[in-house]
Amino acid sequence: MKADPRGVLTGTHFMDGDHACCEGALAAGARFAAGYPITPSTEVVERFAQRVPTVGGCFIQMEDELAASITLQGGVWGGAKAFTVTSGPGFSLMMEHIGYAAMTETPCVFVDVQRGGPSTGLPTLPAQGDMMQARWGSHGDYEIIALCPNSPQECFDLTIKAFNLAEEFRVPVMFMMDEVVGHMTEKVVIPPADEIEVTPRKHTHKSVEDYLPYGTNGDMVPEMAHAGEGYKFHVTGLTHDERGYPNMTPKMQQKLVTRLQNKILSATDRISMFEEEGTADADVVVVSYGITSRVAQRAIEMARADGLKVGKLRLITAWPFPENKIRQLAAHIKAFVVPELNLGQMVREVERAAAGKAQTFLVPHAGGSVHHPEEILAFIQEAVR
Amino acid sequence: MTTLVSPIPGNPVEPFLRSDRMPHIWCPGCGIGTTVNCFAEALIESKIDLKTLALVSGIGCTGRVAGYVKLDSFHTTHGRAIPFATGLKLANPGLNVVVYSGDGDLSAIGGNHLIHAARRNIDLKVICVNNLIYAMTGGQTAPTTPGHATTSTSPYGTFEPSFNLPHLVEAAGAVYVARWTTFHVRQLARSITEAFNKKGFSFIEVISPCPTLYQRRNKMGDGLETMKYYKEKSKTKHGAPTSEVGLTLNGEIIVGKFVDRDRPDYSTLLKAQMHESLGDKYVDYDEEQGYACSADGGCEEDSCH
Amino acid sequence: MLANLRELTLPLVGVFVAAKGRVSIVVERCKACGFCVEFCPTKVLALSSAFNSKGYHPPHVVSPEKCSGCDLCGMYCPDFAIYGHKLQAPKAEATAEAKEVNNEG
Repeated sequence: MKADPRGVLTGTHFMDGDHACCEGALAAGARFAAGYPITPSTEVVERFAQRVPTVGGCFIQMEDELAASITLQGGVWGGAKAFTVTSGPGFSLMMEHIGYAAMTETPCVFVDVQRGGPSTGLPTLPAQGDMMQARWGSHGDYEIIALCPNSPQECFDLTIKAFNLAEEFRVPVMFMMDEVVGHMTEKVVIPPADEIEVTPRKHTHKSVEDYLPYGTNGDMVPEMAHAGEGYKFHVTGLTHDERGYPNMTPKMQQKLVTRLQNKILSATDRISMFEEEGTADADVVVVSYGITSRVAQRAIEMARADGLKVGKLRLITAWPFPENKIRQLAAHIKAFVVPELNLGQMVREVERAAAGKAQTFLVPHAGGSVHHPEEILAFIQEAVR
Repeated sequence: MTTLVSPIPGNPVEPFLRSDRMPHIWCPGCGIGTTVNCFAEALIESKIDLKTLALVSGIGCTGRVAGYVKLDSFHTTHGRAIPFATGLKLANPGLNVVVYSGDGDLSAIGGNHLIHAARRNIDLKVICVNNLIYAMTGGQTAPTTPGHATTSTSPYGTFEPSFNLPHLVEAAGAVYVARWTTFHVRQLARSITEAFNKKGFSFIEVISPCPTLYQRRNKMGDGLETMKYYKEKSKTKHGAPTSEVGLTLNGEIIVGKFVDRDRPDYSTLLKAQMHESLGDKYVDYDEEQGYACSADGGCEEDSCH
Repeated sequence: MLANLRELTLPLVGVFVAAKGRVSIVVERCKACGFCVEFCPTKVLALSSAFNSKGYHPPHVVSPEKCSGCDLCGMYCPDFAIYGHKLQAPKAEATAEAKEVNNEG
């Protein structure tokens, strides 16, 4: 389906990442957002609040992030595409409802413009310390999808992708920006609406009698109905059967939670997006994501200038983690170098997938700024040895 | 030969229930089921189109109402029924949204949302079944537990002051506030009907027995004894100042319709402001198309119902 | 006693007919709170000595002729297990029928 032209600001813009994210949401068809102000993410909803009344939609500023993260889901079940935007401390408060969205299969997008933590940490400075929280932050077993843009252009393009994936898989998608990407201003090209592909809701066409709210047709993603359409369906965060009725038995738990996990994991290769370059004959591959990938690019160029064989793997999809890709690379390289604006999060996944076949080096950074390319270069030089 | 003079009529509440989920989990003498009868009666009385009705619950004994009613029903997270309902209502203003939950859910963990929804005057009908305790988790002190009552987490008696919910929501901005007990079935049904005819944030508190945890621990007898107490100690005072309707352990229960006033609701204010500021540029919610089509991709799609 | 027990446990719905109204009881839903018995304005009901399958004593009709069909029992019943309904039939016929159903019971 093509984008609704009302929401698409076609043209070439000089725009920061937060605003580009908002434009991406509008282009993707988001017509409802609930938010709570928090630096450095607020510009996304500020722009949404300004724009959405002119395209037919609604923004509400809620009393806290707990409210925002469930209000948006009410909006989804009311028929809208919806999202919320936050940063670390607010993201922590939203964990409960990421679990609720996963359990109830509510398609929605959580934008997290990451800043330094823990706690209030560094409100105005970047970090990538929420990557594991995005994956594991709510209790219990579930899968989500997480995307990591590294430029304002990607904040636009990948926000659309985030909404599309949310609809396709009926899953909450984490849009993992960071303060630098959010506040960086660059050229953003917004194409005409008829060049933007958006995924419509997986809305049921079944009759009221035939409709099973959590019944699947082999692809593990149930069809959805909205409130007010006469289906009289039930939605609960409790373990439930295909009718949506609570069924708190080990058998149903096994069936439901396994499906929630497998609907994502079985599609990992399809969901995975990465940018790969120079890995074929590489000794070392630098694995990075978000803003760090742009610093890593410089380090890779410096290393190549020194004659080192260095490849690049930029993760665009962080979750589900592209294990197969790492495994393939591990078979023929010496080492991975993983710079992150944290003290070691995604590097654990790289190390796990490499399974000892290649060494793994973390280039840690506690956040507050980005790496110096030289820091990453030093690890590349060590890894090549 | 005997013929029945009229067909055996079904229980009037039955069409509103998921009969395949009966019997329910509520204890003998619990009043929540009684409130559901009154809710059903109000649905019949108000002739509301059930297709437009969505019911949202939080967590707790009353939170289970969502699972038992044959409506679009959402059993959300603890305390968050009101913000979920807010999203539902804003995304589809054509819906009639009822929040049906307990005192702990709405006024403790959800207290912030309660006052803000009342302040915004979101068009929600909130039915708060108040059993004065956290029942689902085993009888702990709630913000509504009256002084001196014994609970599992106040074994020597509650000493924290409790919330007077009608006073709280009136101060926060609710346009309709009533309180009844589960003894007052006809009055409760009438209040719910009135709330359906009212635009804005309506709050109906229903004092209800929890014989298993509250009454037993406080040696107040069973559900029936409690109902007799309600009958004996309740005093109807319509329009009573809500500051004077606080509850005590064994005292009088003031019931009645306390507040019935008019104030523009959130959506009305939103539209007025947008029209004033944006003029022709404002794209209003479309009764025909809604915002819903943002998800489904336009009304030419046959997925749009 | 045994006969009484079977009467209350075997049929899911017991129907009792009275003069102006009638109550129906879904025995298996009952949890014997006694609300219907206590608040019936004309005292039509009493808790039975029999058990349902969950071990509760459901109500039974002791004075069918007094039932006005007001459904206050149904409004109070927290278990959706009883309801009353007005009969439109001429009084005499209904009474006769009530007697017959009662005799069968």
